[in-house]
Amino acid sequence: MVKVDGTNNKDALIRVRDLDKKYHRGSEVIDVLQGLNLDVSVGDFVAFMGPSGSGKTTLLNLLGGLDVPSDGTITVAGEQINRMSGRVLSAWRARHVGFVFQMYNLIPVLTAFQNVELPLLLTKLSKSDRRRHVETALSIVGLSDRMQHYPRQLSGGQEQRVAIARAIVADPTFLLCDEPTGDLDRKSADEIMDLLVRLIGEHRKTILMVTHDPRAAERAQSVLHLEKGALVEAHR
Amino acid sequence: MKFLPLILRNLFRKKIRTTLTVLSIAVALFLYGLLATIDTAFRSGVDAAGADRLICRNKTSLIMPLPVSYRERILQIDGVADLTYASWFGGVYQDPHNFFQQFAIDKDSYLRIYPELVVPKAQMDAFLNDREGAIVGRHTAERFNFTLGQRIPIQGTIFAGTWEFNIRGIYDGRRPEDDTSLFMFRHDYLDERRVWGRGVVGWYIVKVRNPQEAAKVAKAIDARFANSAFESVTEPEKVFMIGFLKQMGNIQLLILSIGLVVLFTLLLVTGNTMAIAVRERTGELAVLKTVGFTDRAVLSLVLVESVAIALIGGCVGVGMAKLLTLAPLSIKNFMPVFYFSPTRMIGGMLLAAAVGFIAGLLPAILAMRLRIVDALRRV
Ligand SMILES: Nc1ncnc2c1ncn2[C@@H]1O[C@H](COP(=O)(O)OP(=O)(O)O)[C@@H](O)[C@H]1O
Ligand SMILES: [Mg+2]
Repeated sequence: MVKVDGTNNKDALIRVRDLDKKYHRGSEVIDVLQGLNLDVSVGDFVAFMGPSGSGKTTLLNLLGGLDVPSDGTITVAGEQINRMSGRVLSAWRARHVGFVFQMYNLIPVLTAFQNVELPLLLTKLSKSDRRRHVETALSIVGLSDRMQHYPRQLSGGQEQRVAIARAIVADPTFLLCDEPTGDLDRKSADEIMDLLVRLIGEHRKTILMVTHDPRAAERAQSVLHLEKGALVEAHR
Repeated sequence: MKFLPLILRNLFRKKIRTTLTVLSIAVALFLYGLLATIDTAFRSGVDAAGADRLICRNKTSLIMPLPVSYRERILQIDGVADLTYASWFGGVYQDPHNFFQQFAIDKDSYLRIYPELVVPKAQMDAFLNDREGAIVGRHTAERFNFTLGQRIPIQGTIFAGTWEFNIRGIYDGRRPEDDTSLFMFRHDYLDERRVWGRGVVGWYIVKVRNPQEAAKVAKAIDARFANSAFESVTEPEKVFMIGFLKQMGNIQLLILSIGLVVLFTLLLVTGNTMAIAVRERTGELAVLKTVGFTDRAVLSLVLVESVAIALIGGCVGVGMAKLLTLAPLSIKNFMPVFYFSPTRMIGGMLLAAAVGFIAGLLPAILAMRLRIVDALRRV
């Protein structure tokens, strides 16, 4: 269940309270997020929408522990991540978060297999275990036959599927997707959305996604709008 | 180890740039190899010169003589294989500016002790047959256009009068560092004509049977003449070469300066390569951090890459230098030793590794400090 009013939801996986994020540009202070509340449960698929510059990426970065809030708390599975820093946060990210970006962000000199394997290099898994996990992840995204391809040998949609395989390979607690279909054509975008929906349905993942695309947003269980630094539920 | 594919891929992703950097390092290390080899050659030349020869002189000063009777007494000392002697003449040829050294030498033994001074047999015979004969080094002979048979007047300063000598031989050095400026004439001629100082010689040159015993023999000689009217100091010839070595010090300084300049350039070249590599991979480094690579892991990745480039270049350069020293080259005729020792080779590799490390440090720190959100925003 997704809530944005700050009332407690006892089975929330992610709980955000009074989140503030300010940027300083010279003497100017930009209040991007102001008193934002959010509760997300396991298995939820949330879409964030809003005009460009409204703070969607900023919100995902904070939820993923890539940046620290100016104020407020973020609790994930009982751990307050806004208090973590450096090493601890790195380890926490590796364990709990899978990221998918608009521009795929694959390493061009590594094969699809090696790209997906990257997060596993930080674990204690043996080589054969890593291979098994990578193969499973690539088969979920339907790219078992492209394992030895380099990113430049893949289409945009395929690259994004490799990126999704990389995001799920270490079995993270939740996925953060920042405009995952923003750079894709209609058909590839639909395939990516099909895949994300399947991850929710078949693999019981939790997904928070930023999108501009109403068709993509439709596929989510709940759509939230970012307005004046806070989230509001969309009226369908 | 599991990061190896990533490191290797990164290393060769810009093949031309990596190759150029590797080549710069290889050239520099090749140069290092040559300088090290030449340095070794000069040092060992000095060592070889002194290995089996001792110089025995008056303890008070080099210009004070020793009795001629010491000859037999030194020969009796255990470990002495051979001996010769010489005296300083200190004459002037035409003009005091025309300086070159003149030694009165024992005609029979001197060149036996200095086999690196080479005189043709016929010229040597002519010298032995002429009481007023002289042998002059190539350098001095060419400087004054001395020719065989020419009669040379030299004005004595220590031993008064004008002395005339017949050039009977011109000697060459076996190695380029052999001194070919000496003017040598017969000691028996000096003894015959001089009005004072008969029965003494300037110094003895003692050849020891075994270079390992040199110190022991030197001590024994000095002990033999202790508390006499003519006490002696006997040292390995190499000590006499200290003056020579001091001149070499300047060459070593030169070698060192060249080396440092090259090293500094190398740091800039390698550092630049790594800085570019890090800058163009900003996004990828951010991705690595996003999936959980720690700042320190990213730092290590960049450093390892930098050191690897330097080591590859080092291997190539050191290897080429080693091959060169093994090749048949005319330069070897001029060098007593032309050897790139394993120690120096390892030294070269360590140098390369250090260059890689230092050059990679700043880019690596930049990569470590990179903030994910900023980097991703730039992609
Ligand atoms: N590092 C930063 N420094 C200063 N301003 C920033 C920084 N990151 C984002 N902003 C500003 O914060 C606002 C929200 O940015 P962002 O979260 O990227 O919006 P969105 O993803 O919704 O388009 C924008 O006005 C942007 O210019
Ligand atoms: Mg954005």
